[in-house]
Amino acid sequence: MTAPELHLPVLQVVVPMLIAPLIVLLRPQGLAWAATTAASLLSFAIAIQLTTGVLGGHTYQYALGGWEAPFGIALEVNSLSALLLLVLTGASTAALLAGKASLDRQIEAHRQPLFFSAWLLALAGLAGILVAADAFNIFVFMEISSLASYVLVAGGPDRRALPAVFKYLIMGTIGATFYLIGVGLIYMMTGTLSLADMEIRIHEVAEQRPILVAAGFITVGLALKAAVFPLHVWLPNAYTYAPHAVTVFLAACATKVSLFVLLKFDFVVFQHNLLGHDVQFAAFLMPLAVLAILVGSAVAMFESNVKRLFAYSSVAQIGYILLGASMVSYLGLSGGLLHIFNHALSKGTLFLAVMCLSMQYANLQLEHLAGAARRMPWTMAALVVGGLSLIGVPGTAGFVSKWYLLTAALEQGALGMFLIAVIVLGSLMAVVYIWRIIEAAWFTAPAEAPPGAQQMRTEAPTLMLVVTWLAALSNIWFGLVTHVPRELATTAAANLLRHLP
Amino acid sequence: MSPETAILAALAVPLAGALLIGLTGRVNANLRETCTLLTAATLIYCVWQLLPLIFAGERPGVQLLDVLPGISIAFEVEPLGMLFAAMASGLWLINSIYSIGYMRGNREKNQTRFYVMFAVSLAAVMGIAFAGNLFTLFLFYEMLTLSTYPLVSHKGDAATVRSARTYLGILISASIGLLLPAIIWTYSVAGTGDFTVGGILRGHIEGPQIGLLLGLFVFGAAKAAVMPVHRWLPAAMVAPTPVSALLHAVAVVKAGVFTIVKIIVYVFGVDFLFAAPSSDWLFFAAAFTIIAASLVALKQQNLKRLLAYSTIAQLSYVVMASAILKPLAEVGAAMHMLAHSFGKITLFFAAGAIYTASKKTELGQLRGIGRRMPITMIAFTIGALSMIGVPPTAGFVSKWYILAGAFQADNYLALATIIISTALNAAYFLPIIYLAWFEKDNTPPGQEHGEAPFAVLLALAITAALTIGLFVYSAPVYELESQLVRGQP
Repeated sequence: MTAPELHLPVLQVVVPMLIAPLIVLLRPQGLAWAATTAASLLSFAIAIQLTTGVLGGHTYQYALGGWEAPFGIALEVNSLSALLLLVLTGASTAALLAGKASLDRQIEAHRQPLFFSAWLLALAGLAGILVAADAFNIFVFMEISSLASYVLVAGGPDRRALPAVFKYLIMGTIGATFYLIGVGLIYMMTGTLSLADMEIRIHEVAEQRPILVAAGFITVGLALKAAVFPLHVWLPNAYTYAPHAVTVFLAACATKVSLFVLLKFDFVVFQHNLLGHDVQFAAFLMPLAVLAILVGSAVAMFESNVKRLFAYSSVAQIGYILLGASMVSYLGLSGGLLHIFNHALSKGTLFLAVMCLSMQYANLQLEHLAGAARRMPWTMAALVVGGLSLIGVPGTAGFVSKWYLLTAALEQGALGMFLIAVIVLGSLMAVVYIWRIIEAAWFTAPAEAPPGAQQMRTEAPTLMLVVTWLAALSNIWFGLVTHVPRELATTAAANLLRHLP
Repeated sequence: MSPETAILAALAVPLAGALLIGLTGRVNANLRETCTLLTAATLIYCVWQLLPLIFAGERPGVQLLDVLPGISIAFEVEPLGMLFAAMASGLWLINSIYSIGYMRGNREKNQTRFYVMFAVSLAAVMGIAFAGNLFTLFLFYEMLTLSTYPLVSHKGDAATVRSARTYLGILISASIGLLLPAIIWTYSVAGTGDFTVGGILRGHIEGPQIGLLLGLFVFGAAKAAVMPVHRWLPAAMVAPTPVSALLHAVAVVKAGVFTIVKIIVYVFGVDFLFAAPSSDWLFFAAAFTIIAASLVALKQQNLKRLLAYSTIAQLSYVVMASAILKPLAEVGAAMHMLAHSFGKITLFFAAGAIYTASKKTELGQLRGIGRRMPITMIAFTIGALSMIGVPPTAGFVSKWYILAGAFQADNYLALATIIISTALNAAYFLPIIYLAWFEKDNTPPGQEHGEAPFAVLLALAITAALTIGLFVYSAPVYELESQLVRGQP
């Protein structure tokens, strides 16, 4: 391993974080966007490089400034973080590349440098959570990313974003505070913040009440940030009223990063120390996951704003991820982690397509989208591909993770039959809500068009369309050539479960 | 060319052809049509060179990639798939000649898109024919549904879009809601979805579950149009006639019955299913569809809709034959796939020829048309006789095998169904033939017309000749398809 490669974990955070303040200085039109996109692309390249290393069997350990773990800041990149880093930087890059035209329309020129600066801070914060190896730095990065993403969500022209972001802020802060209380309790009992040390030292004080309370606070706090049902109420409005490009970015990765921390704490720190924690974890989260799938999908079926519809679908999809994790088995966890990646692909494609739509349709209510496929056939075709992947049709990425979840459920005996029914039902409801969009766009005649007149073709800008289609095709690619995400997810699952019998 | 290369080429050639057609379509229509014909000819070359190997009992296969542990994209050529691929590729060439005459004769719009999507559909058909496991089959099955949608909605007006919605809605929801769960079920109990001689489900599933799984497969493969999932087929008749001819008489519908026969033979296994009483319903469902669809066809006044209902009935012949679950009946099922294709494509070609020459679509308008369009109507008569099963046409041969199979199983209900439906077929086809040849011409003055363009006539003459040819010389098909049931270890 060469010297520069050893620094990759820290560069993943430092690159966007250091470029962020510089962006503010870039006043000329378009320059801020170009610099942000370049920084995001660079982050993406770093994430790919890290993934190749991890796939080669390497785990990156990094001590900031040469200060070893208990004194300095330690970073770690393993297959789980690599998987999420890929999702995070990929989503950010795709959203920026595709979103130029949309952002130019939604963000006033003079505020753009500040907006893009916030974007990079959010990227840096989320990346920081993924590489940090101690509980406190996770909190710090969580705050950075949260504050920046409040700015991003509220940055658009839609005034309804303000109450949405206020709710997001309040609930996000409660979540972060819960997390901090939990970490504080653990620190009180063990005297360490490093996750690796906690893992060992908690053992001595395992059955004492503060640790149990800490486990509760941390799980609930992170569940709040991850929009686990019924703590999801901040999510639909925040996604709906955010600028379209921001929705692409955040929907693909923001909640998943919190889930990452949740899994890391519950599996690595608590699972093997607290007696019966795996059973408790499953008993607490599995019903929530099932409810998330059923309720989220059911609400999406009746939602009439396309963005809200997909936001509720996200609530359901988080349910699938959690369902996999709550089975506490190798296959289940692999399926859940794989679904993080695959859902990011499908939902990213869908929100990209929505962004394309928004270039021609100011109002994203379903009834206004009547006949949209005639004006924008390419956009709507990409939306169909993303929709098929969300449903989980074979040949698309969504199928692969659902297959893992189904086989994992089969191991669970009688309960498994119920879980299979839930997964199948959720997928059928996805068919319904995707079909409603297809119905409106392809099979309903546009209202205002004079009878018999040929509708004009007015597609989204070329760059936006190209990126959307790249995302759509990657859904098919990763539905057929599944090696890389599967390898990452299964290694990560094995790693998380290493202490369980 | 090695057999493995030939299999992959059969998939790649239509796709490459689609690209070429799309590119040349902007330049020159003649060049584009040349590309279509060349692609079809190359496809025939690739597919047909596999024939001798299959006759010799070989089963060449390719494993393309592993999607998940135990689930792969793999191809294997066996007699049934070989027959389907050879038939579809051969008829595509003839149909392309016809398309050129038809599309130009009717001055259709968006012709490039039409030829491109046609080539993509053929690639999907090849994938279905050569699929080595359920997963691969499903992928190409869905690809076929999606790639034929633009062909069905070609005209683009409100009525067409409404029909295309029915088409897509039924096919997609059946395949995702029924076929996919059946496939997942199969994989989860049998641990594999590979098509294996003798079936893979023996010992993994029992009792009423067998009937349920069979039901998911049969109705999930809605392309076979077993009632009540048949509604899409009459709806699809809004497509230009070459689409109805090749796709909705040959490729798409045959992909449905092909899937069902293949699943019965290679997933359940004929003997296993014969011993399972819970699978008996399939026979009755198919028999009901035959009779009911024939009755509906009696009342149709639109020629293409009549042909669509006749197709629904004929498809269920194949399903019923395979549900008799006896070796000769399975051969009959395969034979009927071929025989019906030759006959029905001729009938659709004739309907399209009439439309091109005279814009006539209703039965009442056909009085005396035989004298204006003798070649077309001779071909139509041959096709209709084949549907009824009169010698010397192909329909007679396949019905013969189905009946022989029914006797093997002492299944007199099958016998009765075939007799009744033959009478019904005669009842709706013979009046048309009578009208065309023996009634007085009622074409309004000023709308006189002659035969359709030469390309159209050439195509329908070839398929009519094939319909008679299969009667005269069906031995190779029998030899090929008897391997289907003989090759059990």
